[in-house]
Amino acid sequence: MLYIFCPHCGLRSQNEFAYGGDATVKRPELNKEISDQDWDNFVYLRKSPRGKHLELWHHISGCRQWIKVERDTSTHEIFKTYKADELTE
Amino acid sequence: MSQDFRLNNIGMVNRNKKISFIFNGKKYFGYEGDTIASALIANGVHLVGRSFKYHRPRGFFGVGVDEPYAILQLERNNERDPNIRATEQEIFEGLEVKSVNCWPSVNFDIGAINNFLKMFFPAGFYYKTFMWPPSFWYKIYEPFIRMAAGFGEASIKHDKERYEHKYEYCDLLITGSGPSGLASAYAAAKNGARVILAEDKPRYGGSLLTSDVNIGNQTGIEWSEKIITELKSMSNVIVKNRSQVFGYYDHNMLVMSERISDHLPKTQKYLPKQRLWYIRAKEVLISSGSIERPLVFGNNDTPGVMLSSAAKEYMKVYGVLVGKKPLIFTNNDSGYETAIEFKKNGVNPLILDTRKEPSSDIITEAKNLGIEIKFSYVVVAAKGYKKVKSADIAKISDNKKDLSNIENIECDCICVSGFWTPSIHLASQSGNKSEFNEKIDAFIPKKSKQKENTIGSANGKFTLEETINEAFDKGYEVSNKITENNNKVSIPTVVEKKSTQHDKFWCVPLPKGKSYKRFLDFQNDVAVTDIELALREGFRSIEHVKRYTTLGMATDQGKTSNLNGLQLVSDIENKVVPQVGHTTFRPPYTPVSIGAIVGREVGKHSKPTRKSPMHEWHEKNKAVFVDAGVWLRPRYYKQGNETLFEASKREAKNVRKNVGVCDVTTLGKIDVKGPDAAEFLNRVYTNAWLKLPVGKARYGVMLREDGIVMDDGTTTRISENHYHMTTTTAQAANVLSHLEYYLQLVWPELNVNVVSTTEQWAGAAIAGPNSRALLMKLFPNTDVSNEGLPFMGYKEADLFGIPSKIYRISFSGELAYEVNVESDYGNFMWEKIIEVGKEFQIQPYGTEALSTLRIEMGHVAGSELDGRTIPHDASLEGLVSKKKDFIGKRSLSRSAFTKPDREKIVGVVPLDKTTSIPEGSYIVKDPKAKLPNPKLGHVSASCWSVEYDNPFSLAIIKDGKNMIGQKLFAMSPLKNKTIPVEIVSSHYVDPEGKRVRG
Repeated sequence: MLYIFCPHCGLRSQNEFAYGGDATVKRPELNKEISDQDWDNFVYLRKSPRGKHLELWHHISGCRQWIKVERDTSTHEIFKTYKADELTE
Repeated sequence: MSQDFRLNNIGMVNRNKKISFIFNGKKYFGYEGDTIASALIANGVHLVGRSFKYHRPRGFFGVGVDEPYAILQLERNNERDPNIRATEQEIFEGLEVKSVNCWPSVNFDIGAINNFLKMFFPAGFYYKTFMWPPSFWYKIYEPFIRMAAGFGEASIKHDKERYEHKYEYCDLLITGSGPSGLASAYAAAKNGARVILAEDKPRYGGSLLTSDVNIGNQTGIEWSEKIITELKSMSNVIVKNRSQVFGYYDHNMLVMSERISDHLPKTQKYLPKQRLWYIRAKEVLISSGSIERPLVFGNNDTPGVMLSSAAKEYMKVYGVLVGKKPLIFTNNDSGYETAIEFKKNGVNPLILDTRKEPSSDIITEAKNLGIEIKFSYVVVAAKGYKKVKSADIAKISDNKKDLSNIENIECDCICVSGFWTPSIHLASQSGNKSEFNEKIDAFIPKKSKQKENTIGSANGKFTLEETINEAFDKGYEVSNKITENNNKVSIPTVVEKKSTQHDKFWCVPLPKGKSYKRFLDFQNDVAVTDIELALREGFRSIEHVKRYTTLGMATDQGKTSNLNGLQLVSDIENKVVPQVGHTTFRPPYTPVSIGAIVGREVGKHSKPTRKSPMHEWHEKNKAVFVDAGVWLRPRYYKQGNETLFEASKREAKNVRKNVGVCDVTTLGKIDVKGPDAAEFLNRVYTNAWLKLPVGKARYGVMLREDGIVMDDGTTTRISENHYHMTTTTAQAANVLSHLEYYLQLVWPELNVNVVSTTEQWAGAAIAGPNSRALLMKLFPNTDVSNEGLPFMGYKEADLFGIPSKIYRISFSGELAYEVNVESDYGNFMWEKIIEVGKEFQIQPYGTEALSTLRIEMGHVAGSELDGRTIPHDASLEGLVSKKKDFIGKRSLSRSAFTKPDREKIVGVVPLDKTTSIPEGSYIVKDPKAKLPNPKLGHVSASCWSVEYDNPFSLAIIKDGKNMIGQKLFAMSPLKNKTIPVEIVSSHYVDPEGKRVRG
């Protein structure tokens, strides 16, 4: 079970969190024209890298904040965690 | 029976407490502190099971977790417990155990015929046999395999025992209380670290219990007792026996199974049977020791062949002789320690040493004691079927290839020692890639992957002095990283006998013309020939060889077999062991009961149960409940002998005719507050929200980004910057997460906060033509007329002194209101509604009537918004704004969602007006069409229309809007029904919506 550092609460066990997928995906702006292809990429396509991955976790049984976690998908090492509005490196 | 093999003056069992137990229907005696194994051996019983594949007789091979085959089935408190290791389970008064994998009995086992058919059971026989003819599979092959597979038989009864879970945090977890575990725990604890020391056996001390050593002028046993006593007295230390750390998971999370009551006749009132510990350790010291390696020779699986260390422990810990004419077969000095122990207890052993001319303190001591030793000698084969009766022994040439002087000698047990294998399972589970150590011919952990270090013999340190020094140092070093106390204890001096180099020889060649089975994996019946065959057939990767032959699999996880298997592969392949590599060890290290893993999350406790404040009233009034997510909701209120169908019809009719009240507390409620709340709702919902005035409610639909409807509900503007959102019961949690996602990550610039208020409000839906009259009596000071509180209006009011909120919204299609009060007043509100409602013929109604009412009105719910429908499909396209953008809007213009014949919701009525249509039925044009019959769609919800007194269903079908008036068929392959139907509008009752506005 992962041990995730919530920037708001501190180190907490994985079972307090819900996984939220790739944190680098950016929602297209509202009221802007967008091609079918680009929209499909946003809605459906995600990379599944082996190694470093910046991903979202929701501290659902804690502070209810969405946080960003930089994690190695193969070793599960967590390098750094960020608040939702924090700039990532 | 008498205990013929019990020694008088040795051992740690409690001689003052005699205990009887039953094995295979026969009563035996042992002492408190005995395991099943030691007590049976004391009674001269060695035959305890049959092997997995060939059903060969099986005895005891080890003395603890190393035991590959003495696996029994236990009966306790009328419960069956399979997969019990006889070497671990302690006896208690009344214990009942029996053998497994044998029929009709362990002495006469029909399956043993497999032993004589062994040419048909080669490696991978599952893949080779049972292939043809295919028609034999179900009736012959599968039942045969199922009967033959597995050890023991799980109980199908509910397990009444209690299992618990516990979370613990510590600076340092130490797995094993042998010399390295004790020393490191002591050093770390004295340095102020919070330490957990786990020991899988009942007794602490590990090898110190059986070895002839001296630490700080005390015997090993005295020293370990002193250390344990001191550790137990320290507040920063948790010491646990009968506790196996079986899994090493991510981020230094280890799981330990504590056997609390397994050794007691009955679980104590306040104690669970077992407890699973989830331990998050800052650092881990793996001191799990090592397991003696078997030597491989003919029939080395015969009962009476066992590890020499096990024989020694049976003597020293349990006071039990494994035989009275022992043969010791060794390639190193460890066998001598066992021989010396036999000799001290008046038994004359014979040592066969594979080495030519070894010399060391311990060999000299054995010689001085007059023990007979044959050097360059091996056991060729054990003789005897159910127990060793004799052994063929032979001289082996210097190159270890040729046997000579083969002779048969009498013996009743063969104690083998093929040197030691460090138990690196936990380190391997943590991700540590081990390395092969030439000096000890075994793998030891390499670089730590997580915060773990391996010490003692688990790290290949086989002298006590090295072990103690390393453990004290590591215990200090690791603890000091955390505590920085710099408190170092002095290391005691160690006195032990010096031993000499072991022999790399481990597998005795077959004599000419003999084809003895030489076993590598005792649990899975894998012999030398199986590995040879697998390699001949082209398997190269050790992971493939493992799976093909089953070497090192199952509950044993290769504890005794792994290295010998690797040695054999590397010998045949002319490689060295490190080139072959080893297979990955997987948790659990030892079997864990499913009960312990599940803990107390059983049945109703597997999830929380949510009840509304009115729950007790429902119970008192004969409500029959239904699970709605984790909520319990009244499905119907039973009157007399009513069925569900009759009751729900009565309740629904009463709503249409008079007035009904339904508990809607379970609806999700979310407070949305902030200056940008309107803008936020405008982006979340498909319809427009900017112009909703204060005091008004609006129905809204929200989508996922892929255009699929996520949820629906009404949201009311309570004040300028405050909205009260309702969601469906099922989606409440998801909707909140969804809103938080957009507020925190996508549009953080919006000044809005959301919070769940589901549990803060109790809700009652009052529906029916009499509802306004009832409301006027409930709220005499509030204007609830059609003008004062119009459809979709909202008012705060006073309910007999209780502040309450009235929303004029309707799910039933009738004139209806929802009244909310703070949860604590829920019951008060409900009782008042019932009391005042009497004169208006009020009746409570449950979810079944609720469904009926919404279905015949064509209102959609979860069965239509099932994660596959877009607004159009549910006839909600009128709520989709063309002017503004919102979540998921772009997806709605994708080609599949804009096809002209896109599915749409319709109503379905059976032509005979009597046959109910099963939910899930397909709608088809031609019921006799060739399969697969092209379906137009499916029936999503069915009810008995109380308005028209005939069945009515909703369905979502292709080109629904042009299908109205058509005669089609509803087919239910499940119920084997074909029903001619007519497609009608989904708004079956009051299509103009006059009632809700009236």
